[in-house]
Amino acid sequence: MQETTANQVAGNATSSFTEHLQRDRPDLLPYNRAMPVAAAAAPLQVPHATTIVAMSYGGGVLMAGDRRATMGNVIASRHIEKVFPADRYSVLGIAGTAGIAIDLTRLFQVELEHYEKIEGTLLSLDGKANRLGAMIRGNLPMALQGLAVVPLFAGFDTTAGVGRLFSYDVTGGRYEEREHHTVGSGSVFARGALKKLWRPNLAEAEAVSVAVESLYDAADDDSATGGPDPVRQLWPVVYTVNRDGARRIPESELAGVAGRIIEARSAERREA
Amino acid sequence: MTQQFYVSPEQLMKDRADFARKGIARGRSVVVISCQDGIALVAENPSPSLHKIGEIYDKIAFAAVGKYNEFESLRQAGVRYADVRGYSYDREDVTARGLASVYAQSLGAVFTAEQKPFEVELAVAEVGPTPELDHLYRLTFDGSIADEHGFIVMGGQAERVSAVIAEGWRPSLRFAGAVRLATSGLSSSADQAADQGEAGATLPAKAVEVAVLDRQSETSRGFRRAFRRLNDADITALLAEED
Repeated sequence: MQETTANQVAGNATSSFTEHLQRDRPDLLPYNRAMPVAAAAAPLQVPHATTIVAMSYGGGVLMAGDRRATMGNVIASRHIEKVFPADRYSVLGIAGTAGIAIDLTRLFQVELEHYEKIEGTLLSLDGKANRLGAMIRGNLPMALQGLAVVPLFAGFDTTAGVGRLFSYDVTGGRYEEREHHTVGSGSVFARGALKKLWRPNLAEAEAVSVAVESLYDAADDDSATGGPDPVRQLWPVVYTVNRDGARRIPESELAGVAGRIIEARSAERREA
Repeated sequence: MTQQFYVSPEQLMKDRADFARKGIARGRSVVVISCQDGIALVAENPSPSLHKIGEIYDKIAFAAVGKYNEFESLRQAGVRYADVRGYSYDREDVTARGLASVYAQSLGAVFTAEQKPFEVELAVAEVGPTPELDHLYRLTFDGSIADEHGFIVMGGQAERVSAVIAEGWRPSLRFAGAVRLATSGLSSSADQAADQGEAGATLPAKAVEVAVLDRQSETSRGFRRAFRRLNDADITALLAEED
């Protein structure tokens, strides 16, 4: 009798918000939904989020995303934000089905905060990266029906004192990246640009400029990636994470960076 | 089959209440003070890791006295309640009133239905944009709930501590003043317990647990989460600060 009570208490003790939802409110999870078979035959027309770039620099990591979501050939949103702070020391960027990705981000943010409040301490960076992988794996049935979400995760490892970068595949596989990485439809072009622009130990301001320029190159060749938009004053979303935590680069600074890149490219008067 | 003796409901409830009160009276006190800078929560607690004060949500904190295992399970339940609510609706839809009423219902249910009532007393505090909009709720072991103004004192020597706090409390207090007032109140009871009789001796920083709900957390620190736990160095610095 006592044995079972003790087992019950131990079994119910969880620091994971996702586990709690799974048990008590499975309807609130973004995945876990049975989809009609017909949906698999004809993929839904839903907004897709596109290019995210991330790189290490001297003292931390940086992540940037463009502002466009597309639905087939239509631009679904010019203002969407795809890079979010996950907690004080980490950020994540998402590519893929925007609706599910944004909900997954919200769930991940609550997951980290929930653990911190229940346990009284922050989850380790590897722990955070593994939790995100498990969530992406949870979404696998929907990914197989064409609603995939692929994140990029970056954070500052406070114990090791370094910034680290993780990429994922749709099955939740987690891979630690060195130097830099990109995801989304424009990722190949952004990656090409990064290979030429990135160097070890960039200063923070240089890293911001490299990120914006690589997104500019991605937008140049990929119709689903939005470039800097001086008409509407829209700039990429850029976050840096270092020992002091995550910081969003202010719009005014990004306007200057994007302006200089556009100016330099115009001055060169070249085709590509 | 053995015959059960008849016990009148009045007697049953009285026995349970006495039992719970005795358990709570053994514990050390906790003080929650609303002031100009926000809400200060101060507990007499020598352990640096077994907390009596905890964060529930962006603007909401929790403080408790009594049995650790019982209030810890209530704290965790509160965090789950708040996170589920904030995730399914929106962050601003999580309020201290809603949380306090859930606590009141669970404490009430345990008091009437279980073998033994919870030997705990809880405070739920929510910091608002101005001191008038702060909410302080006190919950007792039987599920009664009280909406307090200004400050809450709970635990063993509540009456004596409360007298000291009531004398010194002003809405214009800063964090330093509020924490100093709380520690002087708590040490007045500690003195009495140890029969030292030396008035005005304050507790060392190691013996108290202090956390604050910062009213200006968004503008001053850029954090949505107002809760901040102070370490020993912070407490010593705060106590040394001039008003």
